[in-house]
Amino acid sequence: MSRLEQCFEELKAANKKALVPFVTAGDPSAKFTLTCMHEMVKAGANIIELGVPFSDPMADGPVIQKASERALEAGMSLKGVIEIVRLFRETDQSTPVILMGYLNPIEFMGYETFADKAAQAGVDGVLTVDIPPEESADLLKAYDKHDIAPIFLLSPTSNETRIKKIAAVAKGYIYYVSLKGVTGAGHLELNDVQTKLTQIKQHTSLPVVIGFGVKNAEIAANIAKIGDGVVVGSALINCITHHSDDEEQAQQAISTMLSEMRTAMDATTQQ
Amino acid sequence: MPTSNQSKQSAVKNYDLPDENGHFGPYGGLFVAETLMESIEELNAAYAKYMQDPEFLAELDADLQDYVGRPSPIYHAERLSRETGGAQIYLKREDLNHTGAHKINNTIGQALLAKRMGKTRIIAETGAGQHGVATATVAARLGLECVVYMGAEDIQRQSPNVYRMRLLGATVVPVTSGSQTLKDALNEALRDWVTNIDNTYYIIGTVAGPHPYPAMVRDFQTIIGREAREQMLAKTGALPDALVACVGGGSNAIGLFHPFIGDDGVAIYGVEAAGLGVETGKHSAPLCAGKPGVLHGNRTYLMADENGEIIETHSISAGLDYPGVGPEHSWLKDIGRAEYVNIKDDEALAAFHQLTRVEGIIPALESSHAVAYATKLAKTMDKDKAILVCLSGRGDKDIFTVAKIEGIEL
Repeated sequence: MSRLEQCFEELKAANKKALVPFVTAGDPSAKFTLTCMHEMVKAGANIIELGVPFSDPMADGPVIQKASERALEAGMSLKGVIEIVRLFRETDQSTPVILMGYLNPIEFMGYETFADKAAQAGVDGVLTVDIPPEESADLLKAYDKHDIAPIFLLSPTSNETRIKKIAAVAKGYIYYVSLKGVTGAGHLELNDVQTKLTQIKQHTSLPVVIGFGVKNAEIAANIAKIGDGVVVGSALINCITHHSDDEEQAQQAISTMLSEMRTAMDATTQQ
Repeated sequence: MPTSNQSKQSAVKNYDLPDENGHFGPYGGLFVAETLMESIEELNAAYAKYMQDPEFLAELDADLQDYVGRPSPIYHAERLSRETGGAQIYLKREDLNHTGAHKINNTIGQALLAKRMGKTRIIAETGAGQHGVATATVAARLGLECVVYMGAEDIQRQSPNVYRMRLLGATVVPVTSGSQTLKDALNEALRDWVTNIDNTYYIIGTVAGPHPYPAMVRDFQTIIGREAREQMLAKTGALPDALVACVGGGSNAIGLFHPFIGDDGVAIYGVEAAGLGVETGKHSAPLCAGKPGVLHGNRTYLMADENGEIIETHSISAGLDYPGVGPEHSWLKDIGRAEYVNIKDDEALAAFHQLTRVEGIIPALESSHAVAYATKLAKTMDKDKAILVCLSGRGDKDIFTVAKIEGIEL
C-alpha cells in the first residue's frame, strides 16, 4: 500500500479528514522549509504539498507569486525541492509529500529523470498545474514506472466529460479547486462545493481534497464536513510574509493556524 | 518528428497543421490549468463554427475593408533597393492599417467572435502597446468593456500607446510582478480570465498561447500573405524569391509566411531580436538561442535557464521582447522550411533611419529588424530577384524611444 493510501485509510478509521498544508519550497530558505515540514506534521498535518517555485506562476494569486519570487531569489530549483524531500524522509517515513508546480522545470529536467529522482527522494505524488490529461501520456508513463501518483485538479467549471477524463488517470487523490480564480482568491460557497463534490464522487473512488479560499479554522471545519481533506496554502504563506524578519515567529504562526484548523476539523467530524 | 529530408519534404507538401489537438509536430498543444479548460473548449467550438459561417466571414471581410482599410498595398522600395545594391525590396504595408500595425487583423476577428459568443468584457495583454491599442479600438467600436494588462516597465517606455488606449476607453492595468514586461502581462491576463470566465473573452495578440489561439490568430493574420501573393503576382508576374518578417511571438510573420509554405521557390526568413547580441545573453531570440519547453499554454522554443525558469529578455523593441515564440515557428524551424536569423538593436536602429530617410516611411522598431535583415539578404542576391518584407507597423510610437537613445529631448 502506498503512503497516500495508508494515510487516507488511517484517517478514515479514525473518522478524521486530511489536513493538507501547502508551502512554497525555499520560501524564505530551504532550511526553513525543512523545519517547517516537520513542525506542520506535529501541528496536525497529514499530507504536505510542497510548491515548486516557477518564474511564471500563471494560476497563482499574488501571495504565492511573491513566495515563488522569494524562493527563486534564494536559489531554489526543482533539484533543490527534491533534496528537501530527501532530507525530510531521513526522519519522517510516513507523511506523504506532494510536489505542486508548473511543467517547464520538469520538461527541462526530463520526465524520466525527474520521476526517478523524485521517487528516490520519497516524493509520493506530483500535481502539475498546467498539464491536462490530454497532454499527459508520456509524463504518466514515467510516473507509473516510479510509483508516483499523478494528482489532478478539478474545478467548478469542470463538466461531466472532464470529470470522467480526469478520474480515469488520477491517482492518490483529486484536488478540487473550490472557486473560480487563482489561489488565495475570493470566498467560497459551501453549497456549490457540496453539489459538485457529489457529482465528482459518482466517477471516482479516490479521496477528494478541497482547496483555494481556505482562510481560517471555521472554513476548514466546514469543508471537512463535505470533502476528504482540506488544503490550506495562501493563509500559511501570509504567516511567512507577516513575519519576514523572524523565521521562528513565522513558524509559530503557521503551527498555531494548523493546530486551530485540526481541532476545528476534528470537532466537526467526530461529533 | 521527421528527421530524413524526405519526411521533411512531405511535411511541407502536405502541410495541414495543427492537428485537432493543436499540435505542430511536438509543439503547440493545450497546456493550461483545469480551471481554464471549459473556456478553452467553448472558444474552440465557437472558432470552429464561425470560421465556416459565411455570415461571420462576410462581416469580417467588410470590416477589414471599410474599417481597417484593406487590402494594404505592396510598395516597391526602389531607392532602398538601389542604395542597398542587389535584390529588389518590396514592402507589404501593414503600417497603413487603421491603428498602424497588423495587430488589428486579429483583434477585429476575435472581437467579432467574442460578440457572437455573448461575451461583454474583453481582456488583452500588450507589450509595445500595439495589440492593446488594436484591442481597445475594436472594443470601443463594438461597445465592449476592455481591460488591458501591460508590464509596468513597458508602460514607461510606450507611454503614447498607453494614452491612446485610455482615450479609447480601456482600463490599462500595470503589471508589477516578475520582470514587468509582456510575459508577466500575459500571466496576469490569464489570471483575470480564470477569475471572470463567465463574461470575459481573452484576445491574445500573437500566435502563442493554448490551442486554438496559435491557429486562430494565424488564420486571422493570413490575410497578409493571401493578399501579398496575389499582389506580387500582379505586380511582378512571379512569387517573391524570399519573404522576411520580424518574429517576437510571430503573428505578422506567420500571417505572411503561411500562404507560401507549399511554394518551394520562396525562401522564408524570420528575424528575431538579438538585442545587444545573442552571445551577450541580452536578447529575445528563443529560436536562435533557446530550447523547447512549455510556457503560456504551449510547447515551443523558450529562453530559460538550466532549471527551466524563464529568463529576462532584452530588445530595443518592446514588441519583440518575449521569451517564447509561436509554436508553428518552432515547427517550421525544425523541418527546415523557414530559417530564423537575428538582428541587433543597433542594426535595427540603422534600418529605422535608412527607411525613413530614403523612402519617407518611418517603420516600427519591430519591423526595422525585418528591414535590416532584408538589406543584408538583398546584397547577396541578384538585381532581378525580389524580397518581400512585412512592414508590420509604423514607427510613430517609437520616436520617443529613438530620440532618447540618441540623446535628443522632445
